Amino acid sequence: MTTAQRLPDPYGNGGGANLADILERVLDKGIVIAGDIRINLLDIELLTIKLRLVVASVDKAKEMGIDWWETDPQLSSRAGRDELARENAELRAHVAELENARGEVTAGGRESAQTSQKTEKEAQG
Amino acid sequence: MSGLRYVYAVCRPFGTPLPAQLTGVAGVPPKQLVHGELVAVVGQVPEEDFAEGPLRAHLEDLDWLGATARAHQNVIDALTVVTSPLPLRLATVFRDDSGVRSMLEEREETFLRTLDRLGGRVEWGVKVYSEPTEATEPAEASPKPASASGRTAGSGRDYLRQRRNQRRESEEKWERAEEFSRRLHESLSGYAEDTRIHAPQNSALSRAPGRNILNAAYLVPRTESEAFVELVDRTKDDAPGLRVELTGPWAAYSFSGEDT
Repeated sequence: MTTAQRLPDPYGNGGGANLADILERVLDKGIVIAGDIRINLLDIELLTIKLRLVVASVDKAKEMGIDWWETDPQLSSRAGRDELARENAELRAHVAELENARGEVTAGGRESAQTSQKTEKEAQG
Repeated sequence: MSGLRYVYAVCRPFGTPLPAQLTGVAGVPPKQLVHGELVAVVGQVPEEDFAEGPLRAHLEDLDWLGATARAHQNVIDALTVVTSPLPLRLATVFRDDSGVRSMLEEREETFLRTLDRLGGRVEWGVKVYSEPTEATEPAEASPKPASASGRTAGSGRDYLRQRRNQRRESEEKWERAEEFSRRLHESLSGYAEDTRIHAPQNSALSRAPGRNILNAAYLVPRTESEAFVELVDRTKDDAPGLRVELTGPWAAYSFSGEDT
């Protein structure tokens, strides 16, 4: 369907749209189709903000409270997803740690039980 | 065409040609790949920039990302003048034409349905900011000088009272801003077929002064767009201390998904 309908003059995106407006739509709102070259764009938004923060002063940003994307899953579904991914990774690492530790504990436990038995025998003997 | 295929958008066939001097990503003019009832708008991009490794590296470079996003939007913009495209996300890349064709074939039904929903419509973005004022953050506010009663501000009780008043003022200001945004969104929704409320924009990235309170997108028929823009213009001065910003017309980025 073609549209020869005259539209009002562009506001903001005739080259004057701020980068955030363009990135917001092009990176985050267009339809997602997995092409042959696959990259995970989910991390990109946070990445750009981090980069921009390096350019601006990080302290000033912190002062303005600009770290919501790091901390507040309520504000952004992506932050929520990142949060989940992060929690997942942390939990997995934690579980692995626990399992290792338990392995050591049971091994160590047996050892110390044996030594205590030994010392008991020695004491009795 | 050799090299990789960067896909900008999927459309219905459109009669009006794109501007001859139009260029997109990598400075390459976009071409139409017609397949059945659909057209993919594609550009050839160099492998050394768009294969997985280099692409990942490029995406960490904000300047490259910004330029590429603008080039992508440039093509989508030109398409929006002649048709109502379904815009794809940045960096949707295929090895060759046949990859693009089989993608079109696989998703044909969904594409046609979505294009019908978006046909003859554009997206408008409306943002509300609270204008930056001194002492927006009560925590950062310094106590005011001595009150008229002649007592110095040094008294602890006065200081606490001032802090409380400042906090109350900023809470009230916040409530007024939210109330204004809610009413604006309600009246604009009357002109729109669909709406989306996006997360507030990060001012570190947008460099826009003040704090972004409302960041909304409206799917508006082209025929209603003039009225929509006038309505936004009329409300602009309704709220002192607040700034209303309009962007558009965009392709229907915010409404391209199936979840409507």
